[in-house]
Amino acid sequence: MQFGIFTVGDVTADPTTGRTPTEHERIMAMVTIAQKAEEVGLDVFATGEHHNPPFVPSSPTTMLGFIAARTSTLLLSTSTTLITTNDPVKIAEDYAMLQHLAEGRVDLMMGRGNTGPVYPWFGQDIRQGIPLAVENYGLLHRLWREDVVDWEGQFRTPLQGFTSTPRPLDDVPPFVWHGSIRSPEIAEQAAYYGDGFFANHIFWPKEHYIRLINFYRERFAHYGHGTPEQAIVGLGGQVFINKNSQDAVKQFRPYFDNAPVYGHGPSLEDFTEQTPLTVGSPQEVIDKTLTFREHFGDYQRQLFLMDHAGLPLKTVLEQLDLLGEEVIPVLRRELDALRPASVPAAPTHASLLAAKLAAEATATESTATEVAGVGGQR
Amino acid sequence: MTRLVVVSAGLSQPSSTRLLGDRLAEATRKALEATGADPTVVEVVTVELRDLAHDVVNNVLTGFPSPALAQVIEQIGSADALIAVTPIFNASYSGLFKSFFDVIDPELLRGKPVLIGATGGSERHSLALEHAIRPLFSYLHAFVVPTSVYAASADWGAAGAGAAVSERIDRAGSELAGLITRTGTTGPVDPYADVPDFVTLLDPRSA
Repeated sequence: MQFGIFTVGDVTADPTTGRTPTEHERIMAMVTIAQKAEEVGLDVFATGEHHNPPFVPSSPTTMLGFIAARTSTLLLSTSTTLITTNDPVKIAEDYAMLQHLAEGRVDLMMGRGNTGPVYPWFGQDIRQGIPLAVENYGLLHRLWREDVVDWEGQFRTPLQGFTSTPRPLDDVPPFVWHGSIRSPEIAEQAAYYGDGFFANHIFWPKEHYIRLINFYRERFAHYGHGTPEQAIVGLGGQVFINKNSQDAVKQFRPYFDNAPVYGHGPSLEDFTEQTPLTVGSPQEVIDKTLTFREHFGDYQRQLFLMDHAGLPLKTVLEQLDLLGEEVIPVLRRELDALRPASVPAAPTHASLLAAKLAAEATATESTATEVAGVGGQR
Repeated sequence: MTRLVVVSAGLSQPSSTRLLGDRLAEATRKALEATGADPTVVEVVTVELRDLAHDVVNNVLTGFPSPALAQVIEQIGSADALIAVTPIFNASYSGLFKSFFDVIDPELLRGKPVLIGATGGSERHSLALEHAIRPLFSYLHAFVVPTSVYAASADWGAAGAGAAVSERIDRAGSELAGLITRTGTTGPVDPYADVPDFVTLLDPRSA
C-alpha cells in the first residue's frame, strides 16, 4: 500500500492573517513539503498541473526533477498531467527524462483538467475532451513502447519514423494512473490498458465513486488484466489532524470556511459527514480512512490533500508529522493485514522491471517467434 | 402507479404558489381518473424548495447534493411527470427556482412531461411563463404541455376571474394527464448505460 500527498499548488491567502505567500514562497514550500513527506515515511508526492493563477505548478517535471535530486525514496507523481492539452510527444520526452534522473521513482496520473480556457490557450477544443484524452494517451503509450513510431491522428501533426528520446529507463515505461471524478469513459480507458484508476473522491459523496470504481474494476477484468479485485485503484483523502479532536476543528474551521473549493457553502460538520474530509484526532482519521476500503475494496494508493486553502507551511509540516507518526503506520498495518495475497501492490519501476525480466527469461526458453512477440520493442 | 412530483418555489407560509401547485396536481389526478387510471395509485410528492434552499446553494458551490436534496432529485428523475411552479420575481422565475434547476443533471428531465405554473401580484407578468420558464424546460428537453397556468392575486378572490383560472388549471391538468398516458414512464438517464467499448473510443469509425 502506498501512502502519499498530492498538492494543487494554489497560492491562497491565509484567512487567519490575511497574508498571501509569493509565488516563490509557495513553490519552495511545495519542495519543502515533498522532502518532509519522505522524511515522515510517506511513499508518494504528486503535484497538480495548472496554467492560470492562483496556481504555480505549470511545469511539473522541472519541479519533480528538483525534488528528485533532494530525495532518495520518494515516488514522484502528478495529480494530474493534462493529457488533453499537452502534446503527448512532449509528455513522453519530459517524463522519460525525469524517470532517468529520478532512477525510476516516477509515475503519472492523466487527467483532463478542470479549467475551461486552458483548452483554447493550448489550441484545443474543450468539447473534444474525451477524444483528446483517448488519442493523446494512445500515442503516448506507443511512444514509450515502440522505438520507431509512424502515427497519424485527428489532433496533432502526423509522425513518420519518430523516436521519442530518451527511451524509458530500462525500457520500462512509467506506470500510469488515470484520474477522473465523473467520466466512465476514463475508467474504461484505464481498464483497457490495465493502468491504474485514481478517483479523487474528496469533494463528493461516496455513492458516486462506488459506481465509478466498480465499473473500472469490472472492465479491468473484461480486458483480461486480472480479477476485478486485482485492479489498481487509488483514492484521494483530505485530513486535518490534532491530538485533540476539538482543537483540530477549531484550528481548521477558518481555512475550511474560506477554502476556494467549498468555502462559504456547507458547514464543516455537514461536509465531513458527506465527504471523505476528516478533521479530528489521529484515531478519527484512521477510522474514516479505513471506511474507504469497505466502500471501494482493497486499493493500492492513498493520497491526502494537506497543503491548501492558505494553510501556512509551518502548519502543513506539523500536519505531516502527525500523519507520518500517528496515522500512516496504523493504516499501513491494518490495510496490509486485511488485503488478500491475490491483490497486488501498485506497480513500481522495480516491480515492472522484475516482471519484464521474468517475461523475457520465459520467452528465451520458448521459440524464436514467441520472443519477437514478448520483447518486440527491442 | 403514476407518480407526480410538484416543485414549488413559493416562499411565504402559506404560499399561493404552493396552492397553485396543489390545484394543478389535483386537476391532473382527476384527469388521469377520467382516462380510467385507478385513482388510488396516483401518488403526489410535493417539494417546497424553501426547505432545501441552503442545500441548493451548497450544491451550487460544492457541485454535489446533500442527502435530502439528492433524494428529491431522485424522486423527480423517477417520476412520471413534474409540475413546476414559481413566483414571478422581476419579470422571471425566482432565483431559488432557477438555482434548483441549475443543479440537477441536464439530462434528468429529458422526455419528461412537465406542467409549468407561476404566481404574481398582477396578471401583467403572466407571459414570463412563456418567455422565461418554458425555454428553461425546452433547454432541458422536457415535454412541456401547451397550457401554462398563471395565477395573479386577484384570481384567488373574485368568482368570475377565479372561474377563469380554474378552467385553465383543469385544461392544463388534462393535457398533462394525456401526455403521461401517451409517453409512459421515463426514468432518469443512466450515465453507465451505454459507455462505448474502448475499441470504439479509440476509433469512432469502427462503431
